[in-house]
Amino acid sequence: MIWINRQRYYLDFILSSLGRRKWKNASLICVYMLVVFLISSMTFLAGALRREADLLLHESPELIVQRMIAGRHALMPVDYIADIETIRGIQKVIPRLWGYYFHPASGANYTLMAPEAFQHDDAKVVIGAGVMRTWDPGPTGTLVFKSSKGGTVELAIAETFESQSDLVAADLILMSAATFRQITGVAPGWSTDLAVTVRNPREIQTIANKIVDALPDARPILKSEIQRTYAAVFHWRSGYIIVMLSGALLAFVIFAWDKATGLSAGERTEIGILKGVGWDTTDILMIKFWEGLVISLTAFLGGTILAYGHVFFTSAFLFSHALKGWAVLYPEFHLQPFVNIYQLAVLFALTVVPYTFITIVPAWRAAVTDPDTVMTQG
Amino acid sequence: MIRAGHFLGFIIFCMGVSICLFTIHPRITSARYHQIRERNRQLVVALGLTDLCLFTEARYTRHISQADLHSAFQEHPLALEHFPSGAIVPPPPIFHHPNPGTPGE
Repeated sequence: MIWINRQRYYLDFILSSLGRRKWKNASLICVYMLVVFLISSMTFLAGALRREADLLLHESPELIVQRMIAGRHALMPVDYIADIETIRGIQKVIPRLWGYYFHPASGANYTLMAPEAFQHDDAKVVIGAGVMRTWDPGPTGTLVFKSSKGGTVELAIAETFESQSDLVAADLILMSAATFRQITGVAPGWSTDLAVTVRNPREIQTIANKIVDALPDARPILKSEIQRTYAAVFHWRSGYIIVMLSGALLAFVIFAWDKATGLSAGERTEIGILKGVGWDTTDILMIKFWEGLVISLTAFLGGTILAYGHVFFTSAFLFSHALKGWAVLYPEFHLQPFVNIYQLAVLFALTVVPYTFITIVPAWRAAVTDPDTVMTQG
Repeated sequence: MIRAGHFLGFIIFCMGVSICLFTIHPRITSARYHQIRERNRQLVVALGLTDLCLFTEARYTRHISQADLHSAFQEHPLALEHFPSGAIVPPPPIFHHPNPGTPGE
């Protein structure tokens, strides 16, 4: 009980001491909170996107086979299917027809796709909510495409995906294979790539090797590679995230370094007076420990709460410009809130712990010096 | 003057808000998000989708997993990556562990 009361008096003392320099300390907490907010927002956003990609792309085709010519992705002859189907362990090979369509009026790049089981006729399309937002089909509800042979192709919108599917389908325009070939100029007998289903997923690497042996110009892409790509994109070491994180961490290091390298004249005088009136070094270190904890804990809690709201209630609107880049079409997605203990522990260890302990160092230096000298220096 | 009791009350309040946000809020909303994800998963299965629609500005950022390894540099000789979202995509792991026998090393 005595120990608890003692800590409470330390806390009372340090709160009144912080209150005497309230503007300086308030601005310190604001800057600190901003740094925690930035680091936490990046961590939460990257974690939630990585999880969403992992859960959704788990259903992607097990193996995609592309054809490479002169180091570039080229159209795949449908005849290759027969060669691939002879490989033992392969269940099904489906030619995929997909490509891009740039619409000059909207300035956006759309993904055209002709699914195998398209349920509408050749004059209809099914579009993503992003296409509806950017293309402006007008009162007729039709989209006019330029055909590869010249002329136009007018297609009526049969269905629109709801905006909740933006994360996978915002820019999709689904159409029949015949219409796709008419717009893009992909001749019959050719496809964009092949989706391969295998009987035993454990054999997938062996099958991929056999495909390359049989068709040297083929490039197999495994589902695990697709998932690894997204894990890498949203890993903390990836491009944009590391730029943001290193900037914020550097700001934090400068800020903590400034705190560690010296005390202000007022703080030195305060320590000198406390020593002069009989406080010992342990008491001084304890109040400095509490000071560091009060500031860093307030900033940590405020920063992480604001970051959670920013990422999961406002869809990380501060980062949307960076994610959007030059894209005209940007999906409107809401990520499922997901924060794990590991993320919070790392954030806590990176922000609260170093600051709390670093504030003790200069106080210890001042506390072990003669009170008279400390006050004279102050 | 702020007393220790007030400050501890404030910290307990913030921790309560944090616990509600980090643990209770995801549970409350999980049914809604599960439904959305299930619909999206069905789309991924039905259409054989391979990528998330996050960066639509260039073909190699729209379908990151399907792009050629050097697609950013294939627009023309000596082309440099110029799309902002290209900065998000890290180089393939092979560049971190180059083949020791690579000529010119």
